[in-house]
Amino acid sequence: MAQEAQKEKSMVLQKEMVEGLFNDLDSAKEKGRKVCYTFIPGNLSELIRTFDMLPVYPEINALQNAMRKKSAAYIREAEKHAHSEDVCTYVKCDVGMMLKGNIGPTGQKIPEPDILLLSYTGCFTFMKWFETLKREYPNATVVMIHTPYQENGVMTPEMTQYMVKQLKEEVIPKMEEVTGIKFDEEKLRRHLELSREAEDWITKIFDTTKHKPSPIDAYFAGVYYIGPINIGFRGTQQAVDYYKELYGEIQERIRLGLGPITPEGEMKEEKYRLVVEGPPNWTNFREFWKIFYDMGAVIVASSYTKVGGVYDLGWRHDPSRPLEALAEYCMNCYTNLNIPQRIDLLSKCIEEYQADGYITNSIKSCNSFSAGQLGMMREIEDRLDIPVGFIESDLVDPRYFSYSNIKNRLESYFQMLAQRKMMEAHEAIHA
Amino acid sequence: MNSLPKLIQQCKDLAFDLQFTRSREWKAQEEGRVVVGYMPVYFPREIIHAAGGLPVAIFGGGDRKQIIKGDAYYQSYICHIPRSIIDLALDGHTNHFDGYLFPSICDVIRNLSGLFKLNKLGKFVKYMDFPQNFLPEIGGVFYQQEMQHVLHYIKEINGKEVTAHDLNHSIALYNTNRRLIARMYDIRQEFPWRMTIEELYYVLRAGTVIPVEEHNDILEQVVAHMEKEIGEPQDKIKVVVSGAFCEQPAVGLIKAIEEAGCYVVDDDYMLGSRMILGDIDPSTDKPLEAIANAYIHQSQYSSSIYDVHNPKEYRLAKIVQDRGADGVIFASASFCDPSLLDAPIFQKAFDEMGIRYISFQYSENINQFKVIKEQVGAFSDSIKLWEDDKALVIA
Repeated sequence: MAQEAQKEKSMVLQKEMVEGLFNDLDSAKEKGRKVCYTFIPGNLSELIRTFDMLPVYPEINALQNAMRKKSAAYIREAEKHAHSEDVCTYVKCDVGMMLKGNIGPTGQKIPEPDILLLSYTGCFTFMKWFETLKREYPNATVVMIHTPYQENGVMTPEMTQYMVKQLKEEVIPKMEEVTGIKFDEEKLRRHLELSREAEDWITKIFDTTKHKPSPIDAYFAGVYYIGPINIGFRGTQQAVDYYKELYGEIQERIRLGLGPITPEGEMKEEKYRLVVEGPPNWTNFREFWKIFYDMGAVIVASSYTKVGGVYDLGWRHDPSRPLEALAEYCMNCYTNLNIPQRIDLLSKCIEEYQADGYITNSIKSCNSFSAGQLGMMREIEDRLDIPVGFIESDLVDPRYFSYSNIKNRLESYFQMLAQRKMMEAHEAIHA
Repeated sequence: MNSLPKLIQQCKDLAFDLQFTRSREWKAQEEGRVVVGYMPVYFPREIIHAAGGLPVAIFGGGDRKQIIKGDAYYQSYICHIPRSIIDLALDGHTNHFDGYLFPSICDVIRNLSGLFKLNKLGKFVKYMDFPQNFLPEIGGVFYQQEMQHVLHYIKEINGKEVTAHDLNHSIALYNTNRRLIARMYDIRQEFPWRMTIEELYYVLRAGTVIPVEEHNDILEQVVAHMEKEIGEPQDKIKVVVSGAFCEQPAVGLIKAIEEAGCYVVDDDYMLGSRMILGDIDPSTDKPLEAIANAYIHQSQYSSSIYDVHNPKEYRLAKIVQDRGADGVIFASASFCDPSLLDAPIFQKAFDEMGIRYISFQYSENINQFKVIKEQVGAFSDSIKLWEDDKALVIA
């Protein structure tokens, strides 16, 4: 019999928040609430809340569907309608779900959008995705905010101004028009203040992996931790309370000298500390995670948990410059960083969290992450003299998750790490 | 005037010269000359020209270069062009280039700019973030700032301060270039037998690696030949090819489509050279603004430009109608997100509009077209034999 997953209290809280959001969406139309479809990277949660709208995140629906084993059928449905096998499976899962009646992962119907807010941040496919959605929802108001790429590794004043102008002259007026609510800058500032607080907490939480053993897994559990801050709760007291609670739990684990909690209980021995680049596979998430914890591998940092915002380097939403803060937030999401910035950030994680290895999970259908990963891996290997590993899977298409291939590769990788550790220990004795 | 076969051969040699010899020669002719490479799809070449530079397109190695180093940078499920571009650069084919420009087209080309930075290729590497906001006072201003950055990079190399006069002069030259190219397509629309699509392709592609003045000279001669009654009409349908705007199909494939019974009366192979429709104002005291406004108001549809206010399916349908085409061939590079993500939009709309189409995928280095040729042949036959029937869809 399959062992029941153990859940931390914070996970339960998070589940309640997500369920609450889907319940609100379920009753949105009868309660007259406006619905805004948008994406995680560059999500303007505070602005959406300022206009009392409810957010729908198509990629969250896709990954939730994958975790519930529903994505394969949706992808097949989209492919029947000329969607190529080679493109983003989040898009196909979302389109397939729509074609099948738009019943969300929880079994509740996802309401149609009143507004399609495309914060075009770090992913070209988002733009194509919304071109598709616009044709499916011709009555929705489309709002595009173009986020300039950090091509030179900086956010320049002109880039910020470009975004602020878009917010002032396009995004906000359209939101006012759709919702009938006048923009309230003070309300936005209050949300931003709470965002800043939540960002402080989540930074502290991911920083706890400095401890040995690490009290958390910053990838597999990390994807749960980023849930509230990414799916519309950033800017709320609820999110602050959640992160405070989570931080308290983690502090207790540190005090007791405990490692991360896995679906099969507490991880007994931390053998390897890893940094992971790339999103996880969602269709076989538990199996994927199990390969790691069975081998005593804990992820001490991951790029994926920065996809909805990079807070490690000190950036926070600044309520005193509300629109500039929204602009900078969008520009500062992980996939909007250039390749050298991504390398620097991951190198910093490897050093600060004393990682033994660096793994790339290359996602077949996500070019935003995947294109360039091999060059990044080589650079990190050269720069830090750290063993690197490479596996391939996909976001939500189960056809591209090969358990045995991934397991074989990881086992070989862990053997290499073990040998390296042995040699280092040997050298230390004889030094 | 040179003979047409001689001009075609000259263009063919230039277009596929992976050593970029003409730009090497051009650079060596005068001290301080700057060569700037740009990736597909579109770049406002006028500004490089005005700054005393030579813009040179890098379309990859096609089927003419074995890729070794490039494969170490890209997974098998990423399109072919980035690996062949980086392979060319790492193998020294572009070592006389001073800088590289990566126009925003997709995540792959965007991230390729980072790999060029990492490998310290060229004196500058710039990802050119084209605006997706189409208000002149917002997106247009941002675009002008992006162009200013490029001019700044070139000035750091050659010290040239670009004036409005310089820019207007360059704009005028490229206006001529666009007009001549448009004329070639217009002639082919009516008399497609006067020049094959393969030959047309050579002529256009040559223009992306040589000075615009030289290309205009070639174009004038080619157009003069095309104005004459040459060639023999054949029983072929007319088609528009769409989707091959970045990674280029092998010439064999371009040729195979016509050999299989189609006259290609419009295409997006060399979209960058035809992106701006009509002239850009060459007489203002704000030429960068004129270029930006042309991009905003006069751009051809493209998979890299957000289109919800000007849907691409209707724009392509209009091209089909204006060209008197019988159908559309959607040709997408394998793993090309922009093209493949547009496919369902086009196909759904064309089913509703009754526009006939077929679709296939290719890779720049693949030279086996038997299946595609059969598919295109069947498409052509079906239209020729049953042209009064309702729209026929093969996909």
